[in-house]
Amino acid sequence: MRLLDLVLLALKTLLKNKLRSGLTILGVVIGIASVTTIVSIGQGGQQLIQDQFANLGTNVIAVIPGSGQSGGVRQGIVPTLTPGDAKALAQECPSIKAVSPLVGAAGQVIGGNSNWKPEQMFGVGPDYLIIRNWPIESGEFFTERDINGATKVCVVGQTIATQLFPGTDAVGQQVRVKNIPFQIIGVLARKGTNMFGQDQDDILLMPYTTVQKRLQGSTFSNLGAILVSATTQELSRQAEQEIRAVLSERHKIAPGHPPDFRVQNTIEALAIMNIVTGSLTAMLAVIAAISLVVGGVGIMNIMLVSVTERTREIGIRMALGARPRDILYQFLVESVVLSSIGGAIGIALGISASAGLAALINKFLPSSNWPFTVSLPAALGAMLFAAIVGVFFGFYPARRASQLDPIEALRYE
Amino acid sequence: MALIELRDLKKIYDLGEIQVAALKGVTLDIHEGEFLALIGPSGSGKSTLMNSLGCLDRPTGGSYRLAGEEVAGLDRNELARLRNRRIGFVFQNFNLLSRTTALENVEAPLLYNRDCPRWERKKRAIKLLERVGLGDRLDHRPNQLSGGQQQRVAIARSLVNRPSILLCDEPTGNLDTRTSREIMAFFRELNRQDGLTVILVTHDLEVARKTDRALVLIDGEVVIDTKDIERAAQVLQRRMRSDEDEGEQS
Ligand SMILES: Nc1ncnc2c1ncn2[C@@H]1O[C@H](COP(=O)(O)OP(=O)(O)O)[C@@H](O)[C@H]1O
Ligand SMILES: [Mg+2]
Repeated sequence: MRLLDLVLLALKTLLKNKLRSGLTILGVVIGIASVTTIVSIGQGGQQLIQDQFANLGTNVIAVIPGSGQSGGVRQGIVPTLTPGDAKALAQECPSIKAVSPLVGAAGQVIGGNSNWKPEQMFGVGPDYLIIRNWPIESGEFFTERDINGATKVCVVGQTIATQLFPGTDAVGQQVRVKNIPFQIIGVLARKGTNMFGQDQDDILLMPYTTVQKRLQGSTFSNLGAILVSATTQELSRQAEQEIRAVLSERHKIAPGHPPDFRVQNTIEALAIMNIVTGSLTAMLAVIAAISLVVGGVGIMNIMLVSVTERTREIGIRMALGARPRDILYQFLVESVVLSSIGGAIGIALGISASAGLAALINKFLPSSNWPFTVSLPAALGAMLFAAIVGVFFGFYPARRASQLDPIEALRYE
Repeated sequence: MALIELRDLKKIYDLGEIQVAALKGVTLDIHEGEFLALIGPSGSGKSTLMNSLGCLDRPTGGSYRLAGEEVAGLDRNELARLRNRRIGFVFQNFNLLSRTTALENVEAPLLYNRDCPRWERKKRAIKLLERVGLGDRLDHRPNQLSGGQQQRVAIARSLVNRPSILLCDEPTGNLDTRTSREIMAFFRELNRQDGLTVILVTHDLEVARKTDRALVLIDGEVVIDTKDIERAAQVLQRRMRSDEDEGEQS
């Protein structure tokens, strides 16, 4: 028999028994739908995490002051990082692309006719935007000269720009922080909210020296953190080691003693998160796949019943000249068509379910920004798997049908 | 060379404890274009012989040559091909595919004939259904047709691959006298006009009288093979009466 004839015959036969066909494929529908949903949701989560890490910047490594320890007594977090450390890292670590000191600040910003309290206020170095992979939208960023002179300039995010100077260009405008006038020299491009719902555009950046000298009025030159960007993702681990080596040397940490700083490698964290979410997804998908196998057994069961019920039909077809192989293919194709239809419905259901879930998450956690992803490979894979289930579980019944003796099948009551 | 050559054909059903010899060595020739009846009491092996002739069943001994080819050595696929191309079956209980239209029933054998292109199937099937007078019943299912109509669908189906032999196992067994006559007339037409070899099993002497040659089968043996149908009928009746007498005496 030709393939087209086989498929048409299968469809005709299955349509003659709509209810039974529907019930038969239910297991496969549920199995495929759950695989599709789980993989989609899993990938959505992974995407979300990846986006967040990308948001942090390119290959960011953060060095933060650690708990200094002397004589076995914990001293809590002490500010131990200096601009000299930052400079040393930039000069001595070959796997590092950019370095920026970071100091925190806080306060009201007064500008135009209103005031505003930015969520984030930092003093940073000129390379900060390179590390965060954050383009400037208008104006420019401060330079080494601003750092050296501790000049009264700042760069603001979109939120501040529109809050204080709606409808006008914020660049060139004056703002006051703690009564000190600052000039806005640049506005950052929009970055949106992060995983925790924080508005990342609600940010004000100024030279870190300015923060230290003018806002804190301190003579301490300690930093809140040093942000580092590794040259490439592959070199991030190496960069981390170089940082540890340089800082240990500078801070005179004896070998075997705990350092007074901590290195947080976001790339490593990302890799770990990826492994965790990936294996979680895989595990759930395997469980769902097991339900698919159960669905396959359901198909086999019904096909066996069908072969018995249709023994006379098989006998008649053999008398009319059907070869064993024609009968084998007839039942095999029926089973594959059944499971493939089940697979197609399952994929449609799975996609709707994951779209619905993504919408639901975003509705109840408005800040989460959960991405809805449909994995085409997963959908195609699921479809293929469904077809394979059909072949696998259809083969035994089909083979039984094809091995019937024509006369006995014809006489079957 | 005869179309069908049987030499000492045997069929023994092995039921474990006992063995039933349904055919005890049948030897006969059937030539192309013959129209013959196989008669005999119930259980005499008529159906067994027909199924062997139709390549549906395998004899357990002897030789069967169909158009010169020894059938015993063929595998299941080759037997299927013979059934598909050379042989048409008409059964007592019609054996139509249920829940399937008359047209699809007649088309069914063409599904297994790769030499018939798709587009030609419907054409051929409709032509045959028209020939058996069912041109207006193409979309009817078996349960929407009378017995006579169902048998005519079955005959159309048996002809669709243009076989050379028509094997009919009590084709009129389930039909009334008038319909039987119509069907017999149609077989005669097929035999005369199309040169089809028609072999039919019947226990109705009226039906047998319409054929050209009669074979009387008793207990798996051919007791008479003659063109004189009346003689065959007498032999059969005498044998059956003596069987009854034996039954009464014992
Ligand atoms: N499948 C079978 N198994 C065992 N015995 C059978 C089988 N088919 C037929 N027979 C026996 O073979 C003999 C001939 O049967 P059959 O050819 O059907 O006779 P007829 O068609 O002349 O009535 C009978 O005795 C019957 O019981
Ligand atoms: Mg019989």
